[in-house]
Amino acid sequence: MYAFTYHRPKSVADAVALLGQFEDPKLLGGGQTLLPTLKQRLARPSDLIDLGQIPELQGIREEAGGLTVGAFTRHAEVAHSETVQRVIPALASLAEGIGDRQVRNMGTLGGSICNADPSADYPAAVVALKATVRTDRREIAGDDFFTGMFETALEPGEIVTAVHFRTPDKAAYAKFRNPASRYAIVGVFVAVFGSEVRVTVTGAGPSVFRADDMEAALAQDFRADALNGASVSADGLNADIHASADYRAHLVRVMARRAVEACG
Amino acid sequence: MANPTGIGASVRRREDARFLTGRGTYTDDINRPGQTHAVFVRSPYAHARITGIDAAEAMRAPGVIAVLTGADMETDKVGSLPCGWLIHSKDGSPMKEPPHFPIARDRARYVGDAVAVVIAETREQAKDAAELVMVDYEELPAAVTSLKALEGGAPLVHDDVGGNLCFDWHLGDAAAVDAAFAQAAHVAKLDLVNQRLVPNAMEPRAALGEYDRATGEHTLTTTSQNPHVIRLLMGAFVLGIPEHKLRVVAPDVGGGFGSKIFHYGEEAVVTWAAKKVGRPVKWTAERSESFLTDAHGRDHVSHAELAMDKDGNFLALRVATIANMGAYLSTFAPSIPTYLYATLLAGQYKTPAIYAEVKAVFTNTVPVDAYRGAGRPEACYLIERLVEVAAAETGIDKAELRRRNFVPASAMPYQTPVALQYDTGDFAKNLDIALPLVDYDGFAARKAESARRGKLRGIGFATYIEACGIAPSNVAGALGARAGLYESAEVRFHPTGSVTVFTGSHSHGQGHETTFAQLVSERFGVPIENVEIVHGDTSKIPFGMGTYGSRSLAVGGSAIVKAMDKVERKAKKIAAHMLEAAEADIEVKDGRFVVAGTDKALTIGDIALQAYVPHNFPLDELEPGLDEQAFYDPKNFTYPNGCHVCEVEIDPDTGVVQVVSFAAVDDFGRVINPLIVEGQVHGGLVQGIGQALYENCVYDEESGQLITGSYMDYCMPRADDVPSFTVRYHEDQPCTHNPLGVKGCGEAGTIGASAAVMNAVVHALSEYGVTHLDMPATPERVWQAIRRHTPAQAAE
Ligand SMILES: Cc1cc2nc3c(=O)[nH]c(=O)nc-3n(C[C@H](O)[C@H](O)[C@H](O)COP(=O)(O)OP(=O)(O)OC[C@H]3O[C@@H](n4cnc5c(N)ncnc54)[C@H](O)[C@@H]3O)c2cc1C
Repeated sequence: MYAFTYHRPKSVADAVALLGQFEDPKLLGGGQTLLPTLKQRLARPSDLIDLGQIPELQGIREEAGGLTVGAFTRHAEVAHSETVQRVIPALASLAEGIGDRQVRNMGTLGGSICNADPSADYPAAVVALKATVRTDRREIAGDDFFTGMFETALEPGEIVTAVHFRTPDKAAYAKFRNPASRYAIVGVFVAVFGSEVRVTVTGAGPSVFRADDMEAALAQDFRADALNGASVSADGLNADIHASADYRAHLVRVMARRAVEACG
Repeated sequence: MANPTGIGASVRRREDARFLTGRGTYTDDINRPGQTHAVFVRSPYAHARITGIDAAEAMRAPGVIAVLTGADMETDKVGSLPCGWLIHSKDGSPMKEPPHFPIARDRARYVGDAVAVVIAETREQAKDAAELVMVDYEELPAAVTSLKALEGGAPLVHDDVGGNLCFDWHLGDAAAVDAAFAQAAHVAKLDLVNQRLVPNAMEPRAALGEYDRATGEHTLTTTSQNPHVIRLLMGAFVLGIPEHKLRVVAPDVGGGFGSKIFHYGEEAVVTWAAKKVGRPVKWTAERSESFLTDAHGRDHVSHAELAMDKDGNFLALRVATIANMGAYLSTFAPSIPTYLYATLLAGQYKTPAIYAEVKAVFTNTVPVDAYRGAGRPEACYLIERLVEVAAAETGIDKAELRRRNFVPASAMPYQTPVALQYDTGDFAKNLDIALPLVDYDGFAARKAESARRGKLRGIGFATYIEACGIAPSNVAGALGARAGLYESAEVRFHPTGSVTVFTGSHSHGQGHETTFAQLVSERFGVPIENVEIVHGDTSKIPFGMGTYGSRSLAVGGSAIVKAMDKVERKAKKIAAHMLEAAEADIEVKDGRFVVAGTDKALTIGDIALQAYVPHNFPLDELEPGLDEQAFYDPKNFTYPNGCHVCEVEIDPDTGVVQVVSFAAVDDFGRVINPLIVEGQVHGGLVQGIGQALYENCVYDEESGQLITGSYMDYCMPRADDVPSFTVRYHEDQPCTHNPLGVKGCGEAGTIGASAAVMNAVVHALSEYGVTHLDMPATPERVWQAIRRHTPAQAAE
């Protein structure tokens, strides 16, 4: 790690002020991505602004047809929250499937979506659950938030404060995890809102995407077998030593079927 | 009443309280006044000429004390890291042994090869400065895989090693094998890869060098499995320090799995640099450095053929293996694919003729050397996969085919056609125990039940035999070992009856502090709390060879027994004097020295006190004191053996393999501590399952970059990946040639497990016509195999 100056603001306003003061500041969430990056000397921020002591960024509230989850809510808190388990159980189970216990005890929702790792789990929920991402300055529709591999619609220095997820009629998340890292090789979130079905895919492509064919097929007939004809093209999907693009394309269908079955 | 801490008791590991509460003392925990920190500048290229090193800017960085290079070592006449084993090729020529300098001189030969070392006041300062060392590299094409390195026109790792061929060795009778193949009714053939593995000890390597100007003594504290071996190799061959001025300490060591046997360049660098800078120098590997620089394991590519008669009797085995040595020869590298591999190719079978050829190849990758099992897992995997193919092809039940070909217990001692002589073993008995244990007959019903849930199910066997307790020194010497392979011990009774045992073995997870103490407790009736086991310090223990090859109890334990024999002989004389009896009338019963037929008795404590306070002592016959030393050189290898049975379930939709049950039936000879033995088996099995399903060290075939350089990509088995194991052992085939009758258990699990798992996987996939799959059986590989063999779906 290169040396940096550490700050621990008590409010979003203070954090914003701090961000403006330094040459190359960086926000610190749960540190599960940022700290390994720093340890490997792949980044050299002048200042780290820890978001962990800001009450406005914490907490899970039931609100306006959905759930609002503070940006600094740890994955374990989401997984174990009775509110989340009752209102959107699929979200709790998604959080419970992230990484390992240590990662879940430290990593945060805000850190996860701001990092926009192509194999992260939360992006699938943000898009499937028609979420709204709230920041220190505006609201961003979940559909517009993820713009590419490790890229989001955030402006420099913009702080995510919370995410509002809409409560679906039913939903489920099925994940095929990387056996080494336990990130998603493929994760498929299926959510039903009235006659609308959303099928979002993470892990498979450079960024989370909606599987249009599958959504259409399921809107017609919400059964796993309805997916028999639908598929996702392997073109443009990720390929690495763990999974080729072909295999990922295949897994999207398998995970989509499982998510539909889990919706009951 | 049986001694609760004697032989056969499941005494809990005494060392665990220390380890589990963070009170162990590992190399990195040790800090010396004035200590400095070393950080290595490492080659980012797999192969590059080093045309210049400019350290001026690094030297100006805060806290920097020195930047040292291969040229500085050359000036100081530092030597090359020696290789401990010499192999001769078929044509009688010695293996190619290019120099392996602790810091590369003009060429870097793998990603991670050390190019310079920065020594600074703090670790962070050394890291900062290491980034400022300007190395001019001229990148060269790299030979990354062993197969490509052997191709004509491949880049040469060492200019004077043509074809990158280190040696071309063989073992066995080629003519007899050819003759047997000519008469075979059936020949089973198999090409297989035993993939490269990263050892992953929990504690990364570390080394601390010190130099005492007053006495001229050097001290190296290091993460080693065998400190005396390091002292010998580094002192005599690399740094030219005589033994009496070089102390090597291996304190608590957090796992080795073989990777900490070898003498590594970093050890020599910190020892040398400590004198140069006049202050202690410490280096601790970061995990990513461990991935890049710890000697890797396995990496074989083989072709094998088994000739059978019409009844499935094995007639001959023919094997050709290409073994990757990496860029340089690590300490024991040449012995692994030769004398620890080809000699085991008989397995448990009475195959009359065997011929093996092994080509060892240099590549631009980190050196490959012993890794848990070292050669024997490769042999077991090859034989047991091939036997399974043979069973499938001949239609003979796989358990029956094995049974038909086992060396019968009545044939012991059995001379194999590949140099070893097995002393004991009842292989049919292992199988007889295993079959009902796994309900072999019920498999079809379990398979049908899995099928109802849409799952494939397979059952796989592996029988293994290993040569452990290495080795008789004269045999090893004749085969090319450049060291002896005995073990040492000293048993020192103190005046009040407590005991310190000094052993040349080294514990880095094996539980010696418990097992070895049980030997003393059993023999002399001393409570185990009164026995201390000391290991790992060349200034305390007699010259010892350390721990590897499941040798600690068989060789190190035998040395302790020999030393205890000497203690007992002397104690009897003292007791006879004290009890005014004839020496011949003194019997040792439950640790007490008794005058036969009387109730006159002494404890060893009474005798020890007299030995050190010799007021009533036969001083004219005996010296005072009760402290004896012994060296034990084994008469033969020991031959642990067993039968492993694995059952897997496969999800055909995703290719995920789940190990649903695993049973290991082992013959380790006599068992001193069943709890520790079971723990060793569990750990070994997980490691073997890890190789079968998860672990894979991948270098980019062009650039030679390590792709699996962290746990994000290198998959270690986890607790929830494995089932609850069923472990059984029997003790009715004790080793015939060591005093305890023990065979060793440290590697067994790893040796049998990979083959058992893969046989189960292939069995499950056999309904698709799959006959072989290379390890690891990752979900994608399994899914691709299913897809390849399902024409209808492949078109989709
Ligand atoms: C071993 C391991 C396994 C993992 N497995 C999974 C997995 O299975 N699935 C998965 O989804 N993830 C996984 N992760 C990632 C984990 O979920 C992290 O939580 C996530 O990557 C980042 O969250 P964090 O809170 O730790 O953020 P940090 O690492 O602290 O920050 C990440 C980035 O987000 C920025 N940031 C943080 N908070 C905010 C904010 N409120 N506003 C604006 N920017 C912010 C930071 O500046 C930084 O750039 C894994 C991580 C590890 C180490």
